[in-house]
Amino acid sequence: MLRIACPYCGERDYIEFLYAGDAAREMPALSDTDIDRWTDFVFFRDDPKGEHAEYWQHQHGCRQWLKVIRDTVTHRVISVTPAIEAGLQADEDKVEVA
Amino acid sequence: MTRQSNRLQSGGRIDRSKPLSFSFDGKTYQGYAGDTLASALVANGVRLVGRSFKYHRPRGILTAGIEEPNALVTMRGGARHEPNVAATKAELYDGLEAVSQNRWPSLKHDMMSVVGLFSKLFAAGFYYKTFMGPTRGAWMVYEHFIRKAAGMGDPTTVPDADTYEKAHGFCDLLVVGAGPAGLAAAITAGRRGLRVILVEDDAQLGGSLLEAGGDAGAGEWLQSALIELDALPNVRVMTRTCVFGAYDGMTFALIERVSDHLKEPAPFQPRQRYWRIRAERAILASGQIERPLVFGNNDLPGVMLAGAVRTYVNRHAALPGRKAVVFTNNDSAYATAADLRAAGADVSLVDVRSHISGDLRERMNRSGVELHLGCAVGRANGGRQVASVDIVPFDPARPARAAIRTRLTCDLLAVSGGWTPTLHLMGQRGAKPVYDEASAALVANTIPEGFDIAGGAAGEDGLKASVAGGVRAGEAAAKACGQDGQGAQGRPLADGLADAPEVTPITPVWQIPHPLNTRARKKFVDLQHDVGAEDLELAQREGYVSVEHTKRYTTLGMANDQGKTSNLNALGIMAGLRGQPIAEVGTTTFRPPYRPVSIGVLTGPETGLHFKPSRRSPMHDWHEAQGADFTTTGLWLRPWYFPNPGETRAEAYIREAAHVRRAVGMVDVSSLGKIDVQGPDAAEFLNRVYVNGFKKLPVGKARYGVMLRPDGIVMDDGTTSRISQDHYFMTTTTGGAGKVMSHLEFLLQTAWPDLRVHVTSVTSQWAGMAIAGPRSREVLEGVISDIDLSDEGTPFMGVRHGHAGDLPVRVLRISFSGERAYEVYTPAGYGMALWQRLLEQGKSCDMCVYGVEALGALRIEKGHVAGGELEGRTTLADMGLGRMASTKKPFIGGALAQREGMIDPDRPQLVGLELANGAGTLRAGAILCDPAARYTRAIARGGSIPEPVAPNPADKGFTPGNGSGHMGHGIGFVSSVTWSPELNRNIALGYVSGGMARKGEQIDAVFPMYDELTAVRVTSPHFVDPEGERLHG
Ligand SMILES: [Zn+2]
Repeated sequence: MLRIACPYCGERDYIEFLYAGDAAREMPALSDTDIDRWTDFVFFRDDPKGEHAEYWQHQHGCRQWLKVIRDTVTHRVISVTPAIEAGLQADEDKVEVA
Repeated sequence: MTRQSNRLQSGGRIDRSKPLSFSFDGKTYQGYAGDTLASALVANGVRLVGRSFKYHRPRGILTAGIEEPNALVTMRGGARHEPNVAATKAELYDGLEAVSQNRWPSLKHDMMSVVGLFSKLFAAGFYYKTFMGPTRGAWMVYEHFIRKAAGMGDPTTVPDADTYEKAHGFCDLLVVGAGPAGLAAAITAGRRGLRVILVEDDAQLGGSLLEAGGDAGAGEWLQSALIELDALPNVRVMTRTCVFGAYDGMTFALIERVSDHLKEPAPFQPRQRYWRIRAERAILASGQIERPLVFGNNDLPGVMLAGAVRTYVNRHAALPGRKAVVFTNNDSAYATAADLRAAGADVSLVDVRSHISGDLRERMNRSGVELHLGCAVGRANGGRQVASVDIVPFDPARPARAAIRTRLTCDLLAVSGGWTPTLHLMGQRGAKPVYDEASAALVANTIPEGFDIAGGAAGEDGLKASVAGGVRAGEAAAKACGQDGQGAQGRPLADGLADAPEVTPITPVWQIPHPLNTRARKKFVDLQHDVGAEDLELAQREGYVSVEHTKRYTTLGMANDQGKTSNLNALGIMAGLRGQPIAEVGTTTFRPPYRPVSIGVLTGPETGLHFKPSRRSPMHDWHEAQGADFTTTGLWLRPWYFPNPGETRAEAYIREAAHVRRAVGMVDVSSLGKIDVQGPDAAEFLNRVYVNGFKKLPVGKARYGVMLRPDGIVMDDGTTSRISQDHYFMTTTTGGAGKVMSHLEFLLQTAWPDLRVHVTSVTSQWAGMAIAGPRSREVLEGVISDIDLSDEGTPFMGVRHGHAGDLPVRVLRISFSGERAYEVYTPAGYGMALWQRLLEQGKSCDMCVYGVEALGALRIEKGHVAGGELEGRTTLADMGLGRMASTKKPFIGGALAQREGMIDPDRPQLVGLELANGAGTLRAGAILCDPAARYTRAIARGGSIPEPVAPNPADKGFTPGNGSGHMGHGIGFVSSVTWSPELNRNIALGYVSGGMARKGEQIDAVFPMYDELTAVRVTSPHFVDPEGERLHG
């Protein structure tokens, strides 16, 4: 029974959250019509032994989507960050690369 | 009523002033408060308590605890009927009724045990060999026979009369087990200020101290420990509670047996309580479980674990036998021998070891116990109970068959094969115990983070060592929780306790060979599943070598005792067969639950209406007062129909639907999902999530929108209104609201964090009511004063804000029924007031109130899709809405909607359906099939040609014998059906490959559950007013 430390609400039992899988995947640009890239995003998931980045939504709390790093062997939660921050950070990184 | 023939005159922890009456298999007995059912049976001299699982051999009580494999009984009756209760754990109460299991027709005369063929039938791997592979059809033949023969007691079909609760607990330290180590740990940590929960499965605290008899200091130590524990307010003690599971994040699952020791629960008390406890640290002080020894006929009633014998004698003052043989390979059983002697029994002791300490030998001599060292019990003899044992010389280093040296008559055989630490909870966390040669036991190897072990579980032997272990673990836990012990007070807990006597090491023995010149008798390893040493040999011979394979092949350790007494003996025997050390054989995996858990307590109070929350509209009470029948959509309770007196559901909804088309009706649509979408980028956002465009939607207008999942399948639909430049009001289906909201939040927070948009669920904030029908405007005009409701003022798809008197309203001119219609929203708190005003006005306009069944009939007549059509497999094109998708902008799901399978022209598409011959039944869920495909696939697969069905399949259903002639998925399915009052016939919506190209064709609708084959005709899904003229009527 996992406990997830929501950055907004504090530590909560996992039953308050919706699990939504792999958070390492990145949604293609909406204008991208490449079926393979969308297929990758929608259907294919890594199944690592060890650290796994995954989405959880605090549905019965602040409703924020969270990016959780969890060890799939020990179930230890290593970090919890708001997905929106991770997303904005990724956008900034992209700009820098460009 | 009978005298308690085997009750000792004095001693024990029973209350002789509180006699209790109970019955077993219909016969009445007496026991005392403090007895278990098992100890009371022992006290009454009852030996035979059950029949074994496969062979129906007579069985008696083996243990005095949770590990009991034999003495499982069915308790109580009627709505409290409960099978598979361990008599050893059932506390006696006045009026207890128990019956034995697995016997037919009676315990003493069991027909099944006579049948020798059972041995062959139930050899290891029988199920695998017989019911898989080419002979799997045999199950059909044997099932009835096996089910009758092999059972563990019957369940009841009556609803449970008791209630159950769930509770949550939090602590710094959870101590599992309240023997000397657990008590010492809890007191030590309690003195240091930790919040401690001490859990004990028994009704009393003390563990092994309760059965210690006259051991020096034990009683006094326990008494003072209990007094101190009582005075520590930060230590919570939970008795009759079992920790059955250890989970992630130091979460533990417990069952508190609140009322199991009572005939029925006290008023307002649950039968059991399911606890989830979060702890910072946990100490397992769960003790040890004794192992039996494996020899011929070792399952006879009267064969009992030596420790259990001690429990019955010392704790319950019940003497399991008067002429006892004790058979052991370790020192612990010597205490049993001494206690049996002290209780007046004749005792012989057989030890496989040739040498024991002088101290032990001296004690035995003093008590008058006859010693047989370097010997073993080669086999036990007896019919329904043990009558004698055959003693053979035995060398553990070279186990070999030997001639019987002597025969000892006895009525009790106490056995001890050594003790296994109870480490299940740690094992559940992945810490597998390993075999330790020195103690001949599976011991802890790694200790999971947060855990500690103390006492017997840690291999600590004797009172002093256990207490010291508990103190150490308690101190360590306090330190880990930041308490260094400053200011902690109290006497040193181990003070004054005697050192343990000198111990002669255990000599492991896994099975005793059959004596020479005797017929082989069954040697049982797993008594509950009737698995013998020879079954393990067979499994090895047949290649099921690994522990996990052997376990499944023989079913060893898979009964509800989970092999607590059998696992290590099995490993030892397997190691012997393989010529390997036990450590290399491996161990099985520990999984929760540690003991059987009833489904009732896991469900707790969440049954019936409490199974899930109910959401009610602001007008719910009015619907109820009108006698509406309700249906559920998601969590919502919605009025289904409003029957007039004596009306059936069909009569009611047909009347309501016809009334709407004729005059006007009002329906509660408050349950529709409502989402406020606000922000400068709101238009852009909606453009991305809907297939159709929303950017050009003018303020004051609504638009129907469909959104896809990222995989291209239709997710949900609804209307979205533009309230102002940056403010949209989205509605979703009732069932889809949660999913859509989460989807929108996901996109905004992960994919497009740059979009300046906020979404807020406002479903509960608005009451909604739809007024539909030719006279709908008339009703609204009488209530709303400040909105121009003319076609110019509020055109189709227009959105207006105004007032109904003093009530603010939002009016959307949209239609689900195809009639002129309006949806009116008002803040939820005003919902009932607005509803009343509309009702009042409706009186003069011939308005009725209708429910969701009529709503469904009206939308099916119009060919509008809803839940049955939006079922998670359909594309936009399947629904006939392909042209809605914008080609000018990308949207979620657009890319994957172009996949090959998604644009296949043969995909089933939305059509209307009606009965081809006016006969038969249209059913939602029916499989649509091409009549030309009848039989052909069955024949192609090698099937025989079935007898033809009746010439007109609609006249007569098919039978399982001749079949419908159809196989597979067919060419589509029926999604929604209704009676159309407008057309006066049954109509349906469905999906058919080829879709509207089949218009006019007759196809088969197959419903195998009811053996129906119905001819249906494909029509347009727009049954009523296909041109949409009534919208403006
Ligand atoms: Zn939160």
